[in-house]
Order: sequence, then C-alpha cells, then structure tokens
Amino acid sequence: MIYLDLLMGFLEVGLFSFGGAYAAIPLIRDVVLAHGWMDDEMLSYMIAVSESTPGPIMVNLATYVGSQKGGLTGALIATTAVILPAFFIILFILVLARSFLQNPFVQAVLGGLRPCVMGVILATGVYMILANCMSRGGGLGDSLGGHWADLTAVVLTCALAAVYFGSRKILRKGLSPIGLICLAAVVGVAVYGI
Amino acid sequence: MKRKIPVNMELFLTFARIGLFTFGGGYAMLSIIESICVEQKNWITHEEMMNIAVIAESTPGPVAINCATYVGYKKGKLPGAVLATLGVVIPSFVIIFAISSFLEEFLEITWIAHAFQGIKIAVGILILDAALKMIRKMEKKPLQVGILLVSFAVLMAVNVWKLHLSVMVLMLFAAFVSVAFFLADKGRGKEGRA
Repeated sequence: MIYLDLLMGFLEVGLFSFGGAYAAIPLIRDVVLAHGWMDDEMLSYMIAVSESTPGPIMVNLATYVGSQKGGLTGALIATTAVILPAFFIILFILVLARSFLQNPFVQAVLGGLRPCVMGVILATGVYMILANCMSRGGGLGDSLGGHWADLTAVVLTCALAAVYFGSRKILRKGLSPIGLICLAAVVGVAVYGI
Repeated sequence: MKRKIPVNMELFLTFARIGLFTFGGGYAMLSIIESICVEQKNWITHEEMMNIAVIAESTPGPVAINCATYVGYKKGKLPGAVLATLGVVIPSFVIIFAISSFLEEFLEITWIAHAFQGIKIAVGILILDAALKMIRKMEKKPLQVGILLVSFAVLMAVNVWKLHLSVMVLMLFAAFVSVAFFLADKGRGKEGRA
C-alpha cells in the first residue's frame, strides 16, 4: 500500500540521514528508485527545486514525493515520517539523556556512520555527474555498454564546475547553490535551446 | 502598548518565519536561528546554540528540525517543541505542495525542459561539493578513511550495476565495523594494563 510504503520509506530516511540534507539525498534516491516512484532525472530536478525554495531540503523532497504518489494524505504522511525521528531523538536527548552523545559506544557508532555518509554522498555526486555526461537518459550502466559520451554535457559540467569552484577564489563567499542553479538554467536554455 | 503574545505562539510564528525565509536548507538556517533566538529574543545562550549545532550534526534528520525541537522544548516544553517544529515545516509544506501540482506539466514546456537539462548538471556539482566539504573537515584516522573509501566504492558499484543493496544496510555495516574496532581496542587496553 502506497501510504505504508511512504511512511516506512521516509521514516528510514529520517532515521538515517546523519549530516543534513545532502546525507538524505542518497537515502531518498534509494527509496524512490526501489519503489519506482521517480527516475534519477526527475529526482535531480526536485533536488534543484528544493534547494531553490525556502525551508529544509529534506522536508521539501518528502512533501513532493508524498504528494506525487499519494496526494495530500501522502504528502502529510511522508513529511511527518521524515521529521518524526529527529523530533523524538532531540526530545530523548533533552529529557532523558543529556550525556547520550558523549557515551563511548554512541561515539563509536557515529565514528563509523560519519565517514560512511561522506563516502555515500561522494559516490552519489560522482555517479550523477558521470551519468549526466555519458548519455541523455539511461543510467551509467547502459552507457558503459558502448554509448558515446555526451560532449555538450561534458563541456557544460566542466564549465559550471570551474565557475562554481573558481568563484570562491574571487568572491568572498563564492557563488551560492541557488546562484549556480540559476546560472545552469540560463546556460541550459542557451545551449540546448539553440 | 504592545500586547504580549504567549510564548508558544511566538515560537510558532518565529520558526514559521525562519522556515519561510531561509533558502538552502538546514545549515543556512543555523546562522539565522542564532541571530534570532540568541541575539534578538534571548531564548538561548550562545553556548547552547553551539551545543545545538553539534547535536544536530550527530543526530539524523533535518538540521532545522533538530534546532526547532531543541529551542522549542527549552522555551515551552513539549507544546513548545511541537509548535516550533510545525512552524518550521508548514511554510515549506505549503509551497512544495502547491508546486507539486503543476511541476510535471511545467516541465513539458520546451524552454523549461532545456533549463532543467542545465540544472541537472548543477545538482551533480552541488552534491559533489557537499561531500568534498565534509571530507575536508573530517578527522583522517585510518579506520575512518577506510570506511569512507569502501562506502564510496560499494555505492559506486551499486549505482553502476544497479545492485540491490540499500544505503541503510551499508551504514549499519559501517557502524558495526566501527564498534567492533572500538571493542577490540578496549580489550587490548585491558590486556595491556593486566
């Protein structure tokens, strides 16, 4: 049943996303792809929309997936599921166990989770970039079977990355994520539209 | 004369304002929450705010929810925690729910589809950047670096060959390995002393 799937899926996301929104993206991707709710392409559009609208990115993604799959009820269920673990864990720490996070066992668990999360986010970013560059549509796996790289996408990726990372050398804070998304949109219209 | 509004109502309204006007997710919110809750309202001290940032980083779920629940509980116990959390979620929920009803039709417009072709590339870069930022800040102990590299390699393989392994399982495994090393270390410590 879709409501139960949304509830379980987003509880899992809420319970395992250590380190904020970007840690949640691989988990949301997992849940969404496993159920066939969305493809990688639609998901990356939604990440951009969540980044460019106010509010917590994870909540935005949960609300969107929930409403696409189960209307208002689905949106309410997915959003509630994604925030409940955080809500109860903070209450637990405040009310019952102020020193919970200093416990050596908890520290050992976190010491394993943190680098794993970083590896997972890195792999998701690298995979998305490679998949974008390999072919339009289809995953990287299909592309390895002999498709050519999409040259336009390779050039765009290099150019946007150069601007984004390079801007930090010139501007004090560099280009913001929303700035990069807007720039990419303009470049996309210009390059793919002509 | 200014009418005094009850503290729980004020918590709700304040966090709704934070939810409505912060772009870029939880970490962007931390500085805004600090300026409102510490400097303007004197709800919590600067030290408590630093404490919240550490807790938010070590617990799962949206960072903004971690903060709202913490501050809400401090000022208004359980009702405060619930209202502050709802405050931060409701604006994004409403905005995304509204967007979700027309996004797919919106994407059928040609120039918008082109814009999103570009945006897709930006999203890959943003995820890569999030991972690199985290990795730069992490403690580089051999076990942690090992977990990071293995997690990266496993998730790349899962993505490329579309294997069935969830990120959650990978994370549980990483936590298990870290705890096992912690226990082995502790055991060795005892032998050393004996």
